[in-house]
Amino acid sequence: MSSKNTQTSPAPSAPDPGTVPARSRNVAAARRAAQARETWKEFSRNKAGITGLAILLAVIALALLAPVLAPASTLDVTQLTSPQNDPPSAANPLGTDPSGRSVLALLIWGARVSLLVGFAATAVSMVIGTLMGMAAGHFTGATQAILMRVIDFFLVVPGLVLAIVLSSIIGAGVTTIVVAIGITSWAGTARVVRAQTLTVESRPYIERSWALGASDAHIIGKHVLPAVMPLVLANTTLTVGSAIIAESTLSFLGLGDPSSISWGSMLKTALDTGAATGGFWWYVLPPGLAIVVVVLSFTLVGRAVESVINPTLRGR
Amino acid sequence: MAEALSEHDVVPARIDIDEPRRGSSWLHYIGMKAGGAAVSLVMVIVLGFFAFRILPGDPVRSLADGRQVTAEQMDILRRQYGLDQPLLGQFWRYLTDLFQGKLGDSYTYNRPVMELIGDRIGPTLLLTGTAALLSVFLGLWLGQRAAWRRGSAFDKTQTGLALFFWSVPTFWLGLLMLLIFAGGLRWFPTGGMMTAGTTETGLALAVDVGRHMVLPVLTMVAVVYAQYLMVMRASLLEEMSADYLVTARAKGLREDDVRRRHAVPNAMLPTVTLIFLTLGGLVGGAVTVETVFSWPGLGYLTFQALSAPDFPLLQGTFVVFSSIVIIMNFFADIVYRILDPRLRAS
Repeated sequence: MSSKNTQTSPAPSAPDPGTVPARSRNVAAARRAAQARETWKEFSRNKAGITGLAILLAVIALALLAPVLAPASTLDVTQLTSPQNDPPSAANPLGTDPSGRSVLALLIWGARVSLLVGFAATAVSMVIGTLMGMAAGHFTGATQAILMRVIDFFLVVPGLVLAIVLSSIIGAGVTTIVVAIGITSWAGTARVVRAQTLTVESRPYIERSWALGASDAHIIGKHVLPAVMPLVLANTTLTVGSAIIAESTLSFLGLGDPSSISWGSMLKTALDTGAATGGFWWYVLPPGLAIVVVVLSFTLVGRAVESVINPTLRGR
Repeated sequence: MAEALSEHDVVPARIDIDEPRRGSSWLHYIGMKAGGAAVSLVMVIVLGFFAFRILPGDPVRSLADGRQVTAEQMDILRRQYGLDQPLLGQFWRYLTDLFQGKLGDSYTYNRPVMELIGDRIGPTLLLTGTAALLSVFLGLWLGQRAAWRRGSAFDKTQTGLALFFWSVPTFWLGLLMLLIFAGGLRWFPTGGMMTAGTTETGLALAVDVGRHMVLPVLTMVAVVYAQYLMVMRASLLEEMSADYLVTARAKGLREDDVRRRHAVPNAMLPTVTLIFLTLGGLVGGAVTVETVFSWPGLGYLTFQALSAPDFPLLQGTFVVFSSIVIIMNFFADIVYRILDPRLRAS
């Protein structure tokens, strides 16, 4: 457990930072580095996890290279030469959309918004979830009771409907989607983090810290946070996948920015223009498959990380 | 969203530390759970009201969106929907109306929201109920078979399929179904609940509705059963190494009996809880599936309210959807207690 390392570092209230022996810091850093190497070794033994990671890196690279691979001018409706709803051909390997834009170019540009929203929404969700979970586990009495009720509420309320309400209030847009997903998806993390916080705080070194006069902030920041981080990390990879699906769902329902291209908004156009019933499979299949591949990769990586952190899950 | 949003939420194992102690009285247990559900309901009602009032925009302006309106006409609209009253006065009216079963009037339909919801709730229950039942049976059955033969080809195929379906956006699967079975093969209708202008009654009508249900139900089942399979598999694996299974085998029971009569009942507990916990996700699935197949249910109504936008209608569907899920969760807690004999003994 990395939390043990923090025992060697003194309370921030120490009168003079110079009294900290530099050696103990080095020892802690070296121990962390050794643990990171160990974790990576364990992770790299998981074939599914490594495959997922490789696919994700490839997709991220494609998204970053979008301006090079498909210059923005290829998406300018006024400069297009291809016919509309054209089946795949040499010029357009994945055909064209109802405005005559190349589906392949749209797909590459769409990866940017989909991934960006996925990561940003997950970050929002993780920060809220970790803070709420640690607070609900650390504090007692009325504070805890109120926090628990709030967590339970967000755990029970149907997330998609709440997200629809939130985004229709704030107004359609990419930020809106990030906020809506973040606010509706943190409760699960909070619950897991709270359980872990309770376990950590029952250990003797926390009592020692209290006895030395540590503040709430010190105990949460220096002892609880490092101990819950591995758990949050495993949760993060799994949440990014759900967030990407949520993004596509909200965009599909028309809550995204109409001018930005994401995999969800492509599928919205497909439904609106009757591409599915019209048999234009080249506009329906690629965005969905892209979502499936990316989400599946995140799930594989997440499961691998989880099994590294929680050895009892191994071999499942 | 994610999870925890939508049915794809990663549902964490339920760790109830503040659960009443074993053997505490039924009354205490129900009281605690009912109290929790009541607080959640109140939060839904309050949120349902204030969420739509704190928005920076003016509801009347979005109501008149795209049309030329004079200041007088806007004032009339404001008065008509009670938007000229002070906020607390509006809230009081909203509360008193709610207790009389009223949720205001829809902007677009010019009808009471409650009436609209009443019309649509039947089709939603029919669709999600059928899909939920099928998913539970399919998921539990495949899940226990996969766990029992862990590592076999059957297990690997089933787990792989489940992981795939878990990663599929519901609405895209719906579009695929439309593309293949409605657009291409023309086996099933593309949407709606019955053929437009149908005059059939009785059995013929049921067959017609059934034909319209096939694709939406299949779509929902495919996404939902995967979760149940994974949970059932995981909780059965948890039991696999238990001593009582060795005893059961030593008694000379057949392998099937060991599974069915000893291992599965114990593995069912966490599974049942998780099934009820995913009901909220099922509602999320209803919104997208009904939208893709224009199924005349609450989910499609939510989508229509969202596209208008029709705030009273959206507020109404939010309150009704959330209340249904909260009440279902309360029942789940009671069922859980009945199922677990360790909690029952007092």
